[in-house]
Amino acid sequence: MAVLAYWEAIRRAHDEEMANDPLVIAMGEDIGVAGGTYKATSGLYDKYGAERVIDTPISENSYTGIGIGASMVGMRPIIEIMSINFALLALDTIVNAAAKIRYMSGGRVHCPLVIRTPGGTAHQLAAQHSARLARMFMSTSGLRVVTPRGPIDAYGMLKSAVRCNDPVVIIEHERMYNLKEDVPEGEFFRPLEGAEIVRKGEDITLIGYNFSVHLCLEAAQRLEKDGVSAEVLDLRALKPIDRETIRRSIEKTHRVVVAEEDEAPVGVGAEIITGIIEDCFFALDSQPVRIHAADVPVPYNAHLEKAAIPSADDVYQGALKVLGKI
Amino acid sequence: MTDADKKRLLREMLFYRRFEDRCFEAYMERKIGGFLHLYSGQEAVATGVLEMAKTGGGDKADYVITGYRDHIHAIKSGTPPREVMAELYGKETGSSRGRGGSMHIFDPTANFMGGYALVGQPFPLAAGLALGAKHKKSGQIAICFLGDGANNQGTFHETMNMASVWNLPVLFVCENNMYAIGTHIDRSTAVRDQYKRVCGYNIKASQHDGMDIEVVMKAAKDAVDYVRNEQKPYFIEFITYRFRGHSMSDAKGYRTKEEEAEWEKRDPINIFKARLIKAGIVTEADIKKMQDEIQHEIETDIIKFAEQSPEPSVAELTKYVLDDNPNPRWIGPLQNKY
Repeated sequence: MAVLAYWEAIRRAHDEEMANDPLVIAMGEDIGVAGGTYKATSGLYDKYGAERVIDTPISENSYTGIGIGASMVGMRPIIEIMSINFALLALDTIVNAAAKIRYMSGGRVHCPLVIRTPGGTAHQLAAQHSARLARMFMSTSGLRVVTPRGPIDAYGMLKSAVRCNDPVVIIEHERMYNLKEDVPEGEFFRPLEGAEIVRKGEDITLIGYNFSVHLCLEAAQRLEKDGVSAEVLDLRALKPIDRETIRRSIEKTHRVVVAEEDEAPVGVGAEIITGIIEDCFFALDSQPVRIHAADVPVPYNAHLEKAAIPSADDVYQGALKVLGKI
Repeated sequence: MTDADKKRLLREMLFYRRFEDRCFEAYMERKIGGFLHLYSGQEAVATGVLEMAKTGGGDKADYVITGYRDHIHAIKSGTPPREVMAELYGKETGSSRGRGGSMHIFDPTANFMGGYALVGQPFPLAAGLALGAKHKKSGQIAICFLGDGANNQGTFHETMNMASVWNLPVLFVCENNMYAIGTHIDRSTAVRDQYKRVCGYNIKASQHDGMDIEVVMKAAKDAVDYVRNEQKPYFIEFITYRFRGHSMSDAKGYRTKEEEAEWEKRDPINIFKARLIKAGIVTEADIKKMQDEIQHEIETDIIKFAEQSPEPSVAELTKYVLDDNPNPRWIGPLQNKY
């Protein structure tokens, strides 16, 4: 085992996959000579050269499109979009092209590419650098969307995404790049589908993905002190969603909180709770609760920003509400 | 070019004209749905350019990509016409298994990498095909056909820049028919000469008559050779005219009958036909025979195939959304311990 930060785990996955297959290339703004805004590709330019670690101009839609075109003829591009806000510029090529080419070609052309992008609030980055657009991608047929919560998944899911034949959007998080975890040293893969029970419990299920898993874990620790046994479920993949694992957890605990960092409308929580109602409504002992951001553009001011996005305490309070304790 | 080649090219263009006219008829009979964009009038461009490219599929043939006016580009690339027609009929035997329709003909066996309905979207995809070819050192180039209207998208500028910076072997073919849907180029675009727009990206460019197939071929040969040998992009513009509306819903109210009549005098098929007759390469009787053969082939093979092919099964509605046979090692599911 080696303690790796999230960004180091991503770099290791890049390095191994590029060494394994000459058709794997990396593309993005500042990923080469500069080593990547979050260092996730540092050192790769020197090792693999400018033709495989490609510094792009600031043209998100078209460099993503170039990656898609390359993937159609057998390349395996890993595209970094520096912030998910910028992915909005590339929605045409991601949603109209990558997600639809296999289907509208009758399965004859594939787009095996990976798009990595951090989606979340960091520290006072204000409205245009704090978007969380998971809900937009999870509503698009033809994409896979995954949200690694830590270095093990960041490494193992990137490796799987490179080898998978579908377009995969990996949503990372600016506040997780320095998060550390013991990562096994030998090569391994983590599946792109399947929710994971990351903490077992009996009384309530706290569902998160990406950064909000950590809010759920913190809330579960506080609940334990209150004598409440909370189960924490990491969705891991937002498309497709593992409804089976969610259902089995709810049938055990009968109570649920869904925590998302995004705004609530038409969001992850809305989708998950709808699925729960459809799959196991009668297993519920109380109303589900969503914990989410305020429905505002993220403010710059630190106090306002803190008020706008959910915290572990919000998840804890939500759990108390579900449990009928407040 | 031999006389036999010239005769073959005339026959190809006659075939393309009749194919598109037959699509029009099938659309009026409601056999074809959705949007339908016909290529009549512009035949010399795709025919002439692709005559100079390596077509037919395989790992040596060039990649071809275009917008939604794509039937003829696919056929000239090597897609069987009956599969294009079956696609327009929405049949399982269509080139996209009935999932794409007129605007989304795909045939990777012919290296025809698709028709796309987002104007300007093929620019970056084409550059990506070229990047793949360059990376694999396969000697292939990418050829991207788009209209003048596409040049007002951001993808035009973004892609010209990257294709130039990265020396990508891609030939951008601009079919300037002077209308972006129904808006004349002078009302939508700051310069009429589209080849001048790429000088800011340090890309070699030229403009030619798109109604004379021999002019097209000569210019295209130079451009294709340049892209392949220099491993750099080239932008080639052809001045042309579409004889029909933008799509079937277009009454052409934005242009005058006089303008249309002027351009019809420059019909690329008539120009080439007259030249071949004058040179004694074909006779009127030869042409009549060709047209009869074409008519026969379209009715007894192509239309019949499309009519008689099965519809896709509703049971396969969600097939092709994601990889239908994924490797569980990458996909999962994850084994939870409950």
